[in-house]
Amino acid sequence: MFEGWPLLSLLVWLPIAGGLVLLAIGDRAPGAVRGLALATAVLTFLLSLPLWTQFQPAGGMQFVESVDWIPSFGVKYALGVDGIAMPLIILTTFCMILVVLAGWEVIQTKPAAYFASFLIMEGIMVGVFAALDAILFYVFWEAMLVPMFLIIGIWGGPNRIYATIKFFLYTFLGSVLMLVALVYLYNQAGSFAIADFYGLGLPHQTQVLIFLAFLAAFAVKVPMWPVHTWLPDAHVEAPTGGSVILAAIMLKIGAYGFLRFSLPITPEASMSLDWLLIAMSLIAVVYIGLVALVQQDMKKLIAYSSIAHMGFVTLGFFMIFRILVNSDSGALLAMQGGMVQMVSHGFVSAAMFLCVGVLYDRVHSRQIADYGGVINTMPKFAAFFVLFAMANAGLPGTSGFVGEFMVILAALKANFWYAVLAASTLIFGAAYTLWMVKRVVFGEVGNKHVAELQDLSGREFFILLVLALAVLGLGLYPAPLVEVMEPTLQQLLQVVTAGRAG
Amino acid sequence: MPMPDFSLALPELWVGAMACVILVADLFVPGKDRATSFYLSLFTLAVAAWLTLDTQWDARALTFSDMYVADKLGAVLKVAVYGLTALAFVYARGYLKSRDMLQGEYFVLGLFAVLGMMVMSSAHSLLTAYIGLELLSLCQYVLVAFNRDSRFGSEAAMKYFVLGSLASGMVLYGMSMIYGGAGSLDLAAVARAANADNMLFVFGLVFVLVGVTFKLGAVPFHMWIPDVYEGAPTPVALFIGTAPKVGALALFMRLIYEGLPLLQEHYQLMLAILAVLSLIVGNLFAVVQTNFKRLLGYSTVSHVGFILLGLLAGTDAGNGAALFYTITYALTAAGAFAVIILLSRRGFEADQVADLRGLFQRDSMAAWALLLIMFSMTGVPGTVGFYAKLVVLQAVVDAGLVWLAIIGVLFAVVGAFYYLRVLKAAFFEAPPEGAPALEASGSFRAVLAGNALAVLLLGIFPGALIATCIAAFA
Repeated sequence: MFEGWPLLSLLVWLPIAGGLVLLAIGDRAPGAVRGLALATAVLTFLLSLPLWTQFQPAGGMQFVESVDWIPSFGVKYALGVDGIAMPLIILTTFCMILVVLAGWEVIQTKPAAYFASFLIMEGIMVGVFAALDAILFYVFWEAMLVPMFLIIGIWGGPNRIYATIKFFLYTFLGSVLMLVALVYLYNQAGSFAIADFYGLGLPHQTQVLIFLAFLAAFAVKVPMWPVHTWLPDAHVEAPTGGSVILAAIMLKIGAYGFLRFSLPITPEASMSLDWLLIAMSLIAVVYIGLVALVQQDMKKLIAYSSIAHMGFVTLGFFMIFRILVNSDSGALLAMQGGMVQMVSHGFVSAAMFLCVGVLYDRVHSRQIADYGGVINTMPKFAAFFVLFAMANAGLPGTSGFVGEFMVILAALKANFWYAVLAASTLIFGAAYTLWMVKRVVFGEVGNKHVAELQDLSGREFFILLVLALAVLGLGLYPAPLVEVMEPTLQQLLQVVTAGRAG
Repeated sequence: MPMPDFSLALPELWVGAMACVILVADLFVPGKDRATSFYLSLFTLAVAAWLTLDTQWDARALTFSDMYVADKLGAVLKVAVYGLTALAFVYARGYLKSRDMLQGEYFVLGLFAVLGMMVMSSAHSLLTAYIGLELLSLCQYVLVAFNRDSRFGSEAAMKYFVLGSLASGMVLYGMSMIYGGAGSLDLAAVARAANADNMLFVFGLVFVLVGVTFKLGAVPFHMWIPDVYEGAPTPVALFIGTAPKVGALALFMRLIYEGLPLLQEHYQLMLAILAVLSLIVGNLFAVVQTNFKRLLGYSTVSHVGFILLGLLAGTDAGNGAALFYTITYALTAAGAFAVIILLSRRGFEADQVADLRGLFQRDSMAAWALLLIMFSMTGVPGTVGFYAKLVVLQAVVDAGLVWLAIIGVLFAVVGAFYYLRVLKAAFFEAPPEGAPALEASGSFRAVLAGNALAVLLLGIFPGALIATCIAAFA
């Protein structure tokens, strides 16, 4: 029934239009605003489902739309999805429903602007994943900063202004260099279509410079060690919904950039600099895991754990050259592992931040020390929290395990020590997550605030239940996701190896 | 001697005549709130736009003994000037009225300045260009001192006058050398005679370039900008910060790009130095400003750096990019000054960044407008400022000067910091105690909203304007 619909355009512009309507309504009718926000988010999610059901894994770019946009510069409004982008778009539309629900009663100041910011953000993020034109990609990529800047700055915690300006400047600095690289590539390719940038056969020196420009943009967004310092600040100060979107979607956009730009456009430079990326990823996994261990603030702990988990993603993407030297199989496994880890981390980190949000809404503290024995007053909540903590630690049966296991398995084919270091996350991850859970959830009731806690409301229960199903579903039966991505990743691998050889 | 073809210069004749008519009409039919002069001025600009498009858009003809050229470039420049001046008039009216400064002379001087810019835009002789420049400058000096009882205003006008006269003198000196080398005032003849090896032309180029970059406000000829922006009445600062930039650009295009094409290798280096200095000084000095008007002044300097980047490419695409940048920047800057005017009232100028505190709570429409304007100045996509930077970068990279593009974008990040500081005050901080409700006429609000919307819509559909700016050089 969706034949011929401009589905991707709808997914981009419907939420943005909804957001503008919310702004126009203003705060006169908060009830209507919430309802409309939820309706828009749900409708967008439903419209994104045909992407999944009608997707042909081997079909290359699909649902393509292309219109001239700035003819004098050869810029096109071109959208399309492949096996990498499609799951991420659905993840985006899915998470947005949860975010709207999570902010339902909690946001009392300027609710219209709050929900509008998130809806506009949703459209922009879908645009990032769907853009086939480099300038269109860049437009969405940068425009994303604006709603997030406001979300953290207006509805954030006490130190929000510092956090939001740091967030904006850090990511802006990273991405302007990418703009220069894109303009340079346009000069070489004669078009802004991303696919035209592939296989240009640029000289090695040039490739390295372009690779570094992309690295500046994507490494900050992922974020990779050592440019990760904006993330804990932004996460801690952001409202719960903001943290969820940051962790579940925005971090993925950086990793997505590596797949869409760095690897296929500059394969030679990716290969010669892979040691750098592997080192940065492993440091993120090990060192940031240790940093997470000593955090006193729950949100900060989860933020650091996000960085460590994203280290797995980038490790999977950039290990492929080392694997290809040793064997032919395994490289695909590494990339698939990275992708599965991205989707899984989207669910798990969203769930973790929502759990912290549930506690914060009641006690208004994120300090681990302010809790203890929550299970006595909030048994339902505790069950969910423990489940998500297990997923975060990578327990088999949950989604967290699948991606990590695939990456570790592939790492063995690259270098034994990579696998050892990567596998250390199973220890550190379990240590910091479970230790936090022990201090927050278990034991005697810590203080009178905890004693007065109310268990989950129906709304909160619903949100966490949906996420729990997603985490378990992906953990027990990851095959559909892996199959959807496989042909696209295979093709990407061919582009990379062809560019590397030539 | 045959009669010159007056029809080609119809827009200039119309504006000149109407400026005189308004001067007289203002004496005899002042109307309530100077309505006669105000609406006549807007009418003049509207008709001038129609005349320009009608007579000059498709033309490529010389008249007045080849001293005047009617072509597409001139038409684009002029229409931009009309639009920006009309904005300045609309924004100024309420401000001037509430401070008992609403006099017909404001509009008359503005129109004469427009006439000066029109003459510059259509100059095909050194002399014509100079006459236009002087007409514009004299009107600007007087406008800066428009509030004659203000000490700051008089000081700013004096400073502007002294420095501006010096710059005019330099231009004239440079022109005399070029004339000496070419033996003709005609720019086509100059272009034929000028070559890169003749030191006379190189000297002439240096002095003319100093004058042009003074008008634009490039470092190290930027000293007047912050003081004039701060000292002049806000609507005058708005006017000076917008349309005359287009005029200065016209001067560059006529005198240097078209007049001295073979000296490109020389002026490219000079402009590169000026551009980098402007980017550095403008952005770094803006960071420490607490006065919003001064901040906008230094931010102008930094944007001039970007405009020069486009010009130094020395190509049609580069000049088209600079033209697009200048027009859209002027549109954006007009909105920024309009927000200051909106916040100010009699006896309170609202020119500190701190005065913007809590704008989001006080007046969300103005806050959203400010958001778009500041992000446009930062160069965030979705606003027109991004495409302005993009087309300039494209021209610079095309000219093989990637390192200049990198400097440009890095300093754009520095710029982001102070624009964010403005937004921080407006969005994240509580309004000051006892801040009164903002008063502004409905038409002022409508125009401000339209201005911000233009920044947004041009940021989503920039294609037509970019194509126009490039077509101007075709």
